[in-house]
Amino acid sequence: MRVGLFVTCFNDTLFPQVGRATVSVLERLGVRVEFPEAQTCCGQMHFNSGYRPECVPLVRRFADVFAGYEAVVTPSASCAAMVRHYHHVVDPAVAVPKVYELCEYLIDVLNVTDVGAHFPHTVAFHATCHSQRLLHIGDRPRRLLEAVDGLDLRPLAHPAECCGFGGTFSVKNPDTSTAMGIDKVADIRGTGAEVLASADTSCLMHIGGLMSRQGNPMRILHLAEILAATK
Amino acid sequence: MSHPTFLGMPPFPEAAKEALANTQQRANLAKATATIRDKRARAVAEMPDWEHLRLAGAAVKDTVLTRLPELLEQLEERVTAAGGVVHWAADAAQANAIVADIVKAHDGREVVKVKSMATQEIELNNALAAHGIDVWETDLAELIVQLGHDLPSHILVPAIHRNRSEIRDIFVEEMGKVGRPAPDGIGDEPAALAEAARLHLREKFLRAKVAVSGGNFAIAETGTVVVLESEGNGRMCLTLPQVLVTVLGIEKLLPTWADLEVFMQLLPRSSTAERMNPYTSMWTGVTPGDGPQEFHLVLLDNGRTGTLADPTGRQALRCIRCSACLNVCPVYERTGGRAYGSAYPGPIGAILTPQLRGINQHPVDAQTASLPFASSPCGACFEVCPVRIDIPDVLVHLRAKVVEHKRGHLGTEGAVMAAMRATFTSPRRLGAAQRLGALGARVVGRRGRLRLRGPFWISAWFGTRDLPAPPGQSFRAWWRKQHDRS
Repeated sequence: MRVGLFVTCFNDTLFPQVGRATVSVLERLGVRVEFPEAQTCCGQMHFNSGYRPECVPLVRRFADVFAGYEAVVTPSASCAAMVRHYHHVVDPAVAVPKVYELCEYLIDVLNVTDVGAHFPHTVAFHATCHSQRLLHIGDRPRRLLEAVDGLDLRPLAHPAECCGFGGTFSVKNPDTSTAMGIDKVADIRGTGAEVLASADTSCLMHIGGLMSRQGNPMRILHLAEILAATK
Repeated sequence: MSHPTFLGMPPFPEAAKEALANTQQRANLAKATATIRDKRARAVAEMPDWEHLRLAGAAVKDTVLTRLPELLEQLEERVTAAGGVVHWAADAAQANAIVADIVKAHDGREVVKVKSMATQEIELNNALAAHGIDVWETDLAELIVQLGHDLPSHILVPAIHRNRSEIRDIFVEEMGKVGRPAPDGIGDEPAALAEAARLHLREKFLRAKVAVSGGNFAIAETGTVVVLESEGNGRMCLTLPQVLVTVLGIEKLLPTWADLEVFMQLLPRSSTAERMNPYTSMWTGVTPGDGPQEFHLVLLDNGRTGTLADPTGRQALRCIRCSACLNVCPVYERTGGRAYGSAYPGPIGAILTPQLRGINQHPVDAQTASLPFASSPCGACFEVCPVRIDIPDVLVHLRAKVVEHKRGHLGTEGAVMAAMRATFTSPRRLGAAQRLGALGARVVGRRGRLRLRGPFWISAWFGTRDLPAPPGQSFRAWWRKQHDRS
């Protein structure tokens, strides 16, 4: 199976360690990953902000770049949801590549829950809205994390509640976004976990940004980074 | 008495900022929405066929929207045959004028009102007040809002932003100015407050000659109007006065009584988390010697046909005003309903109000244009909607309308979006931007984090948040290095 990594513009630029961790997990499981360098962005920001015409070339570029791949794996639930649910809305004529969010690919395609990771820490997991309500990845992240050697998963009191990031919502409605985020931070801190993890770095950037400004930063990792960790 | 208006309110971000600072209101809302959210979840979990009911509800409503002209004519014919008078109102002004004329032709001084979203939408109370007509809200929560010279903040529980001690103070202060005062020394126990409202309203029920209502449903095959309520105050209005005027949005039709069955299951559980609705009133025209002897049905368009013309947006017309989407919305829970600047707050308001105000046809004012952006959008609303309105889909659809209308005047935002598009259509430009960003971060970053000052989105982000400094090497740069070596 020819597997292409869609690292996402966001991780590529701001969180390259997430892309490296994704490659590391997949290669450990025997998957040969390719990174087509012509890839850029799935168009989510333009689409969600109402800039449809700007989104069209990005959607077409995505289809062209990943046309030859049987599976496209991405460490971002919201970008996977953008491709799967909205690329055909932007351009009904486009052939949308088969995209898997990392947890989906590991569990549904590779049929693996124990990826051989070792991470002896307490972890709170933030289930992002797009991962739950658009992709419906359900308990896949929990199953992967529970199989990690040494990991102690701490549940949130309100796991289904939005953190308030919402892409450009975070800057178009900064006060509401912050109010939601501060409540999420309190919920996360209430778990007593050392590490916060998620399947989307964008929400983590918002939550982490608030924690940092509060003068009390927390160790924040993408799920892929935990799965990549070994003894 | 004068009635406040939603007209002229600031765009959502500003109104939200003000609402967020009201700590009492936020505490009241958080408590109330959490309670009702949990109750609804339990009531829905009892129903093994809930998802099928949702599909049926959506399908019935879509059928109504498809067959609207013929069903409306059928309704008109049946209501007329049963002794009612049907009026057609293209907009709020026409509807208000029709109601005012009917009231003036009778008593002319006052009306009692059943809780109604359509009359809130057209701000009927203000219009009648301009004719010197007193309007008495008789739903307990609407009474609290009216006596408090306030605006409703929720579709089902319009005084959700008030707690009981605030309500006691409003009753003590205001009831005596417009009728029977609150009993001396009244406490803030719910039973005492309800009794005060009961005594205050009773004299209005017995005196009023004209009542005004909305309608939850109208059954085309018999011309029957249906109102669901919890207090029985609505039934007093619907049965005691001599004249009844019902203002009904044209999308409220159902073809048959069999269709009503679906909604009698969906609506109570979604709105009040009740298994069965407490007071369901149904009437068909006029029955001699029983109830109002004159019945007027005002069929209201007010932007609905414009909404119907939009294939994506029209699903908003399925709405049965249950409020489930408000109660699960993390934005609504924090800002409250008045920040939305319309009778329809919360997620449904964010997609319905702009369409009723014509966003599908023409540019809209800044307040209206801000509504589709007043959402993260997390999708919790779609999960609970009993008629499966995909609110997040409609939100992003309407955002595209806003941007389309503003082409040529998109300012800084448009420039940012154009620059991002240019960057993302070329991997070479993206790589260059990444190198530039990393260089800049080395200059201004402190201990791996950025804390910037600047215009526009920079201040919006950095007002409350830091940003991790972009790393020295992007993923693509790392990949290239790895694969050049191997």
